[in-house]
Amino acid sequence: MNDSPTHADNLDLLWVYLQQEPLLWLTATLAAYAFGHWLHRAAGSSPLVNSIAVAIALLVAVLVLSGTSYATYFEGAQFVHFLLGPATVLLAVPLYRNFNRVRRLLVPMLAALLVGSVTAVVSAVVVAAALGASTETLFSLAPKSATTPIAMGIAEEIGGLPSLTAALVIITGIIGAMAVTPLLNTLRVTDWAARGFAVGVASHGIGAARAFQVNQLAGTFAGIAMALNALLTAVLVPLLVGWL
Amino acid sequence: MVHAILALLVCQLVGEVLVRAAGIPIPGPVVGTLLLLLALAALREVPDPMNAVAGAVLSHLSLLFVPAGVGIMLHVARIRAEWVPLLAALLVSTLLTMAVTALVFFWVMRRMNLHEPERQP
Repeated sequence: MNDSPTHADNLDLLWVYLQQEPLLWLTATLAAYAFGHWLHRAAGSSPLVNSIAVAIALLVAVLVLSGTSYATYFEGAQFVHFLLGPATVLLAVPLYRNFNRVRRLLVPMLAALLVGSVTAVVSAVVVAAALGASTETLFSLAPKSATTPIAMGIAEEIGGLPSLTAALVIITGIIGAMAVTPLLNTLRVTDWAARGFAVGVASHGIGAARAFQVNQLAGTFAGIAMALNALLTAVLVPLLVGWL
Repeated sequence: MVHAILALLVCQLVGEVLVRAAGIPIPGPVVGTLLLLLALAALREVPDPMNAVAGAVLSHLSLLFVPAGVGIMLHVARIRAEWVPLLAALLVSTLLTMAVTALVFFWVMRRMNLHEPERQP
């Protein structure tokens, strides 16, 4: 009896310490991803077991059950999030290695980019509008194929909810990463450059991450597609929304 | 390794400063990518430490999207209320975009005789 209050106090203090320091949620982020990666491998590297989706589901469950806010979580996770910038710069390495091939395929790339970018915006908005989504949701949805920071900026500009856009961008990425292999096999698109470029336009960096797991050249083209589509979407969405 | 990491950060930093100074709506890291590409072109090779960093980071790029993805917990109510239009729009649009992009790329490439038959999956 005299032991338990101090024990409970200690646990309280421990929890306060862990909540204040970034260590806990940084560790949890890496652990959840490591588990997702392990599960992906255990499932025979099936694209249907997506390591990001597993990690997110696990972390959301832990945060909700422990009553932890996203802001507290992000204090720790921001160190991982920050690496997105340097990792984007790093795309120059495969780009340099494959530069001749990229230059040779410039025309097919630009043609596919234009068609793909318009399709991504228009089809999402048309389907959601037809099924009765609210205007705010439509505006948040329109830039969903662009990479997170750009998509959030576009959503803000046109009157969507940037943080909802961030969530929709991630889901779009996961859908693309899961579907790309079976879809393009069915369509008999056998070229790595075309496959990588397609998943990069539709599913930005998460698509590129999947492409790098499969093939270096596909990853390179997915990275280029992500960068180009981010730029084009930033121009297209405000124009198209003006029409709607 | 330190030099490779320093080079990445410098490229990103210069990129961020340039886009803000010029007021152009391009993300700083994308300009950083172009800067690093120019640097590699000037060196005419990828230094070994940079190769090592690229190999390690690009094979686990997925990890870096997890913190932003957890932000989905902020929108549970709206997603629950509008899940049918949202899920339908995301599924249809993502699959259609991938199919159309791949087919246009593949079609133009073959019309221009740029196809490399030995590079098939």
